[in-house]
Amino acid sequence: MSDMDDMDDGSGIVKKFMFLNRKAPHGTVYALEGLEVVLITAAFDQDVSMVFTDDGVFQLMKGIDTKGIEVKDFSKTYRALEGYDIEKLYVDQASMDARGLTEDDLIVDVTVLSVDEMANLMAEQDVVISF
Amino acid sequence: MLHIVNKSAAERSSLESCLRMATKGSAVLLIEDAVYAATNGNAAAAKIQAAAADLKIYALGPDLAARGMAGRVLDGVNVVDYGGFVDLVAEHSNCQSWL
Repeated sequence: MSDMDDMDDGSGIVKKFMFLNRKAPHGTVYALEGLEVVLITAAFDQDVSMVFTDDGVFQLMKGIDTKGIEVKDFSKTYRALEGYDIEKLYVDQASMDARGLTEDDLIVDVTVLSVDEMANLMAEQDVVISF
Repeated sequence: MLHIVNKSAAERSSLESCLRMATKGSAVLLIEDAVYAATNGNAAAAKIQAAAADLKIYALGPDLAARGMAGRVLDGVNVVDYGGFVDLVAEHSNCQSWL
């Protein structure tokens, strides 16, 4: 609960934001747009988690080379998130398993969560934004 | 008939419908997010491999590379470039894009 001081101008209130990424990169614009929104949110000093489930885990693949399809390669940007104090990156174990992926296939360090752990993490958020 | 599929098998049913309807000897070209189905360890890989007995399965190389999947293509899947895409369209009397 916020006290009266917090209600004056809203500064100092830190909410838990989760950005839930469920789409593969490139096939739709969701992955790139989601990343842009996360970087904007970082400027507001909020408690940000990024979660990758379903085809969203493909966003973090190593070895992406987009020259042939002539679109921006934004995969390196995930490595820069740490510099914006966004260090809570989570992937869903079952989604990784269904795609034959392990942590070694990913371009950044992540925490791998079971479905129960993921469900609990979602439940404790103030805001969940889905891409 | 050349069948073209562009959506992830984890998100849409287009690949499954295509494989169900494609007749023996037809070609199936996977492009964009559909290429994931043709990679090792993917949940759809078994369906692709089973289908490869009766169908010719192709995947677009630039789309594989853009997804970090170039080194993970299933055995029995033929990787083509854009020139190969054009050749496939020209070689077949008709084609169907599964949206």
